Amino acid sequence: MANETGIGAAVKRKEDARFITGAGRYTDDIGAHGQTYAVFARSPYARARLNGLDLAAAQATEGVVAVFTGADLQADGIGDLPCGWTVHSKDGEPMVVPAHPPIAVDKVNYVGEPYAVVIGESLEAAKNGAEALEADFEELPAVVDLASAASADQIHENVPNNQTYDWELGDKAATDAAFAEAHHISTLEIVNNRLIPNAIEPRAALGEYDAASGLYTLHTTSQNPHLERLVLAAFVQIAPEARLRVISPDVGGGFGSKIFVYAEETAVIWAAGKLRRPVKWRAERSESFLADAHGRDHVTKAQLALAEDGTFLGLRVKTLANMGAYLSTFASSVPTYLYGTLMAGQYKTPAIYVEVQSLFTNTAPVDAYRGAGRPEATYVVERIVETAAREMGIDPAELRRRNFIAPSDFPYETPVALTYDTGDYEASLAKALEHADYAGFGARKAASEAAGKKRGIGFSCYIEACGLAPSQVAISLGAGVGLFEVGEVRVDVTGSVTVVTGSHSHGQSHETTFAQIISDRLGVPFENVTVLHGDTGRSDYALGTYGSRSLAVGGSALIKATDKIIAKGKKIAAHMLEAEEEKVDFADGTFTVADSNQSLTFPEVAFAAYVPANYPLEELEPGLSEKAFYDPPNFTYPAGAHICEVEIDPATGVVDITSFVAVDDFGHVVNPMIVEGQVHGGLAQGIGQALLEHGVYDETGQLVSGSYMDYTMPRADDLPSFTVDTTVTPCTHNPLGVKGCGEAGAIGSTAAVMNAVTNALGVASVPMPATPETVWRAAQSA
Amino acid sequence: MYQFNYHRPATLDEAASLMAGADDGTYLSGGMTLIPTLKQRLAAPSDVIDLGGIGALSGITDNGNTISVGAMTRHAEVAASNAIPALAALAGQIGDAHVRNRGTIGGSIANSDPAADYPAAVVALDSTIHTTKRSIHGGEFFKGLFETALDEGEIITSVEFTKPTSAAYAKFPNPASRYAVVGVFVARCGDATCVGVTGAGPCAFRWSELEAELASGFSASAVPNAALDHSEFNADIHASAEFRGNLVRVMAERAIASLI
Repeated sequence: MANETGIGAAVKRKEDARFITGAGRYTDDIGAHGQTYAVFARSPYARARLNGLDLAAAQATEGVVAVFTGADLQADGIGDLPCGWTVHSKDGEPMVVPAHPPIAVDKVNYVGEPYAVVIGESLEAAKNGAEALEADFEELPAVVDLASAASADQIHENVPNNQTYDWELGDKAATDAAFAEAHHISTLEIVNNRLIPNAIEPRAALGEYDAASGLYTLHTTSQNPHLERLVLAAFVQIAPEARLRVISPDVGGGFGSKIFVYAEETAVIWAAGKLRRPVKWRAERSESFLADAHGRDHVTKAQLALAEDGTFLGLRVKTLANMGAYLSTFASSVPTYLYGTLMAGQYKTPAIYVEVQSLFTNTAPVDAYRGAGRPEATYVVERIVETAAREMGIDPAELRRRNFIAPSDFPYETPVALTYDTGDYEASLAKALEHADYAGFGARKAASEAAGKKRGIGFSCYIEACGLAPSQVAISLGAGVGLFEVGEVRVDVTGSVTVVTGSHSHGQSHETTFAQIISDRLGVPFENVTVLHGDTGRSDYALGTYGSRSLAVGGSALIKATDKIIAKGKKIAAHMLEAEEEKVDFADGTFTVADSNQSLTFPEVAFAAYVPANYPLEELEPGLSEKAFYDPPNFTYPAGAHICEVEIDPATGVVDITSFVAVDDFGHVVNPMIVEGQVHGGLAQGIGQALLEHGVYDETGQLVSGSYMDYTMPRADDLPSFTVDTTVTPCTHNPLGVKGCGEAGAIGSTAAVMNAVTNALGVASVPMPATPETVWRAAQSA
Repeated sequence: MYQFNYHRPATLDEAASLMAGADDGTYLSGGMTLIPTLKQRLAAPSDVIDLGGIGALSGITDNGNTISVGAMTRHAEVAASNAIPALAALAGQIGDAHVRNRGTIGGSIANSDPAADYPAAVVALDSTIHTTKRSIHGGEFFKGLFETALDEGEIITSVEFTKPTSAAYAKFPNPASRYAVVGVFVARCGDATCVGVTGAGPCAFRWSELEAELASGFSASAVPNAALDHSEFNADIHASAEFRGNLVRVMAERAIASLI
């Protein structure tokens, strides 16, 4: 009988009750005796010299405990915030890295950059103190426009042309040769708009220092507490890892923005040690807009060369990527190894050449945001494929089919450094076309036209590289860390199970999904499995959650640990039943002996392991607790087909999404309800980018879209009822056959929406986001 | 938020004397603008005088030819009323459910936010703003960006609207804030038609050129013939002045069409 709470079951989330009833425990819910409050003084200018900073009035403000500047941190040996991935330029030189002190010392480079931190007995006192600071700024012209940033004023002394690197991937000569033979060349210039992450829980930190033991404890909103600890220990030099514990309790969403190590928690943990008092900080929403790492922000020119029959011959991509003012933790990798490597998409394009120049501007740092490089790649590939189909008069679905990598081609080595293990792109497209009633589109378009509306349909057949990552591959490409994961399965004395995973959950539902896996494999009731995560004091060194890696990598570690549990359990059972170990089998929570009616339940064996009366102690250690590290041999490659249909009101430019179909191949699915929820959230963000969200700076570097009055978050009434379905080609190289689902919605959907909008309007391109005015203008000119 | 003295008077007289005695007092009605402003430390009043305790300021009264809406009446209550359906529909489109359950008509019009919804109805319907000092005709009330005819310390007590023969409000909401990028309120009163526009200019105004066109025939086809100078219209990242000009026409057409 199938396990009703095992793999494949749509079990309700263990997390729901506490989150829905407001009983979650977030960083800001945690307080410490004698706690103080930190407020950061933030630059009002995009670029300025800080010629002087008078602290006297702030220090004299009632209730102010201390005022610290960047110089104070430097004097105490606190290091810069590092970038963890070294990318090399075409000429072989490593990227140029500007200094990034946590608190600015003598210059500021974006609006919102902290230049002092005020610690108060109350939040009120700290705010009053921050207002009393007298900073002498000398404003300088800001570099805001990405397209002209390379020839603008130099922001950092050691970074000529504001360029950190000029990177390439692929075979330039082969690509040039392919273009020379082309029957048709499509060209597209597109901008991938800047996004601001907006997790529902703002970033927060509580730093504590125990003078008696010399131990630091940092509660913070991190997607990867071990990485936070590693950076704070090894680079920032707060304390050795062994004296620093980082805990990420419940975290309300991250979308990438909580991967990174920021100035605020760095200052908070340092100040806690300095003052020997707990220090608390929680971002206000305005601070989140200014100082969370933003996402996307590319300017790209792409060209696709095709043969007469529509066969893709070559692809050229040249991209400018905005890094913002400094290199955030993984910023360098996003527009390179998470972007250029995806340019083959689902297609057998034989020659591809990608160039990326990453430039600094006086804006908030830009780093990974849901999908991280892969949405940008998909947007390039799927927009230009659609463009080519229209220009050549080939049905866009048919053009894709002609160029798909076929199931028989796997494993398939792309010209941009990846080897896809499996997939069936025709299957997902066929299913999506059926759901979307592609055959009926013409009639629906005619009906819209009769009503004065414009209707369009758009496709996006995306692929992503997830399950980050094979450590040696990543390290050879510049990663400063391995990308394995650790998992521990602790069987309790009475047979319940405590799981400790390195995969932090901040909305992904690991507490449910991982419990299902354990329940399935060990036959333990689902409710008797508790999943712990997010604490460097609890788990071994782990890498955390991003890049749709938790199930494929963290889940695989748990499977390995579970295999060890079963193997040891068989030895114990063989001893207890006086049978040969090879004859002991384990299924559905019961150890049985072949050709006999003897059996032991899992709890009986667990009990024997901890109360070893009848137990082979001379051969076997007591206890039943196993740990495993899992390093994936390859990336996983979720892929799918998204089809968006829109109806546009040409008088107002309002785009109504009349249907959205997403057919995704995530390999095997553990909990279909949770996967569907992940897809819905991703689609909301991808559609949000296409139609609504826009991080806008004015020419002086002030953030114009700095609140919900101007930054348009997607809301339920902006979105259709999604049609979500799956196809399955199991991943070939991990024990669960899973690929990851967290980012797919955001990766695939944006291009589908923009293809539908341009199709409806009959224009080659519309700037993103396709706001009412943008669409209205395009409709006027069409 | 800076510290301030909080008062909750039970009568208008008490409110006025508190205001007179304050260094730099401010009235609080629904708080939909004032509270966020205080939280961002963009205002530092010495005293906040909450009008929520003055029961006489709330409620809707049907007077036959007119209705009186108490200044502290919440948008949700207006949205649920039926004496002037177009006014109820307008109130039902303000902000979101939270805003509609806190925000008040008096607070909204006293603020004269260029993107507020109510001002379109105040100028289009034959309306009177009753205050602690006097009565002001709706057409004379809005003076500019966040500027009204109110004197220092003067409190709106109610807004009286004449029931139109028929009326409609068409709104193009800001996708982020859901304020009106443009809102057009069209009211037919016997043979005359009044058109109030919010969102487009520094404050709500009557589109008299369209009203004149409609006098010779009530039809959406009158809109293209009506002059409209958008050169001084508001502009932001959501809509240029030119686009607002287009939206005023489109919303007017839609409001008119819904009345035919």
